[in-house]
Amino acid sequence: MGRKLLLDKAHIEGIRYYDTYRANGGYAAAEKALKSMGPEAVVEEVKKSGLRGRGGAGFPTGLKWSFIAKPEGVPRYLVCNADESEPGTFKDRYLMEFIPHLLVEGLLISSFALGANRAYIYIRGEYAWIPDILEQAIAEAKNKGWLGKNILGTGYDLEIFVQRGAGAYICGEETALLESLEGKRGNPRIKPPFPAVKGLWGCPTVVNNVETIAAVVPIVNIGGDEYIKFGIGKSTGTKLISACGNINKPGVYEIEMNISVEEFIYSDEYCGGIKGGKRLKACIPGGSSVPVLPANLLLKTAKGETRMMTYESLNDGGFATGSMLGSGGFIVMDEDQCIVRNTLTFARFYHHESCGQCSPCREGTGWMKKVLHNIEYGKGKMSDIDLLWDIQRKIEGNTICPLGDAAAWPVAAAIRHFRDEFEWHVKHPDEALTRNFGLAHYADPLPAPAPAAV
Amino acid sequence: MAEEKKLFKVKIDNISVEVEPGTTILNAARSIGGDVVPPAMCYYSKLQGSGGKCRTCLVKVTKGSEADPRPMPKLVASCRTTVMDGMEVANITSPEVQEARKGVVEFLLLNHPLDCPVCDQAGECDLQNLSYEHGAEATRYEFKRRTFDKIDIGDKIQLHMTRCILCYRCVFTADQLTEKREHGVLGRGDASEISTYIHQSLDNNFIGNVIDVCPVGALTDKTFRFKNRVWFLKPVDAHRQCEDPKCCGKTVLWMRGDEVFRVTARKDKYGEVEDFICDTCRFDKKEKSDWIIEGPRKIDRHSVISQGHYVNTVKPKDPLVEVLDGRQPKLLFDIHSTSEVNRPEIDLSKIEGPAHSDDFNK
Repeated sequence: MGRKLLLDKAHIEGIRYYDTYRANGGYAAAEKALKSMGPEAVVEEVKKSGLRGRGGAGFPTGLKWSFIAKPEGVPRYLVCNADESEPGTFKDRYLMEFIPHLLVEGLLISSFALGANRAYIYIRGEYAWIPDILEQAIAEAKNKGWLGKNILGTGYDLEIFVQRGAGAYICGEETALLESLEGKRGNPRIKPPFPAVKGLWGCPTVVNNVETIAAVVPIVNIGGDEYIKFGIGKSTGTKLISACGNINKPGVYEIEMNISVEEFIYSDEYCGGIKGGKRLKACIPGGSSVPVLPANLLLKTAKGETRMMTYESLNDGGFATGSMLGSGGFIVMDEDQCIVRNTLTFARFYHHESCGQCSPCREGTGWMKKVLHNIEYGKGKMSDIDLLWDIQRKIEGNTICPLGDAAAWPVAAAIRHFRDEFEWHVKHPDEALTRNFGLAHYADPLPAPAPAAV
Repeated sequence: MAEEKKLFKVKIDNISVEVEPGTTILNAARSIGGDVVPPAMCYYSKLQGSGGKCRTCLVKVTKGSEADPRPMPKLVASCRTTVMDGMEVANITSPEVQEARKGVVEFLLLNHPLDCPVCDQAGECDLQNLSYEHGAEATRYEFKRRTFDKIDIGDKIQLHMTRCILCYRCVFTADQLTEKREHGVLGRGDASEISTYIHQSLDNNFIGNVIDVCPVGALTDKTFRFKNRVWFLKPVDAHRQCEDPKCCGKTVLWMRGDEVFRVTARKDKYGEVEDFICDTCRFDKKEKSDWIIEGPRKIDRHSVISQGHYVNTVKPKDPLVEVLDGRQPKLLFDIHSTSEVNRPEIDLSKIEGPAHSDDFNK
């Protein structure tokens, strides 16, 4: 049974409310941080923990915090990125909905560490019911003296505000989020300057994901040294994974970052194996923007080692043989799934969500979608596959923000690993239209199903 | 003794230059000049916050600085990236940059109609020049092009959104130069469009400058449209004492004979306006007598409008004289004495809209 740090109290009835949360050890970390540690010690503890940003990029949180500029007389801000819009990713929703006080406590500790007197939670518009839950938790915390003026008599003040987004994926990009928070169109800013120097209202700002901020609570509680023991190498602690697709038990799981991908997929504790006993075909391990991995590269790395649920292991060999842990949106596909159709679905999404500011993303995402549409609907040519490859190559790395990469990577990986499936679509346009898609055209057999329990 | 300012040493395409800290790679390249200068479709040195959007100025930083020599992992927008001491940049020497730029040109041309023969910007269009230098000979795009409904934004400026490449220059111009926010970008992704708020008109006295900053033919001068091609016109520097204190009154008159066809601000060799001018100078002063002519304007560009104009032109030797053993060719007849097409009393620049045969039959 895996140990938990974030969801260990999620099963307790009424944990959403302050009294239950407090009665079960809530706000002890905040008390410890404010009364006995001080801001520098909190930052040091987070650095020691090796916590990496849980929003997708995996940048070391302590390091990010230490970048924040500290000019005299200028306010600093902490912004919680709750604009969770990546297809396949729904882990923050669970955390905010069921244990909102964990986020509030995390925000209190993090803001204290950064010297910020205002924190904002920017939440995606589609999570229509969650802002009320958060606002209630904030109000409860304020009533009990955890927010407002002179918290715990330490002289520290903090206010937390919840801001609802209008439902644009691009607002999950930190600088677009700041633009939106300022009331402007959610277009990404050109970096540098980075938010740590010039962020919200032109002031030093740290933008952290919900899970990252929540993870600060157990780090303060148990200490950075203990937190490290929950993972391997530079992937420390626990990670929330939102698992979906053709698995027996979709849902949000907290894993220690020391388990294998095979265990995660086939163990009864987590995904419970592939639905209907079918064979595993592919998996997108970190949300729709990361490269898809075929089954033969999913369970073993290119070096033949066991693939682990860690940042390093999933990226082993780069994109040629690896992928990314990303935001932890784990999408599993069985043998009946069509890669071309899936890729088209994602391409549609990224085309729709492109802000239109820079030309490669604005024009390229739409072009990719149209070419994919032709291939999927039996109107493609062989040259279209190379064309697709070329378009994604010209988008990747050439855009203002990572949305261009997010649009390009899935297409690149799909062609790299499943080119024969694209060719099959071109060669069999009628079947592609009316198919009950199987794997009969595959020359290489897929790995046999793993046992139900590992 | 004044403290000496420390300069940063930068190498662009193996050419060294020293620039002040805070200078962008693009401006460092401009201080060298020539082929190492990356193209820029959205950057405009006179407009704050512009640049970074079109991605045509991407370059490769092969060495970050003396302190941190690691190369930058991705290509960077040279117009928004400042130099570091010891930085080394590859522009025309990097096949990766050239390939990326070719890709950007292809993206820009996906939905930009190639209607140069009828576009009023032909001859002075940055995208036209860019595609000559970096474009492919054919398009690979097989889908229906994006088009937009025509929007009336006033009596002086024509918005042809179908040609727009969303460089945002005009938005920055309206924001920073005029007294109120005139227009902006609506929609998202490839459905984005420049528009006014609920079809209002652009009526500020400096709004005409959006025409000058537009790199393509999306915003054109309604008082000039279809009157003439720019390469048939003679650009001359002129000035007048403008009543608007914000206007410099220094312009370029585009003339044919004594007719003033259009008035624009003066642009530098990168096609950027030197000083913005008011709408009165631009649209209302179309008589030669309104202006004090200074002399021919040097068009320091590789564009078609610089062809055949004034500077360093060498008249080719007439081969007929050699063929005819030194005799001059005989003039058989003078077309102007027999044709009724050219009517000197008709001023083309004063005709409303494009000239029509009816105009000559009046």
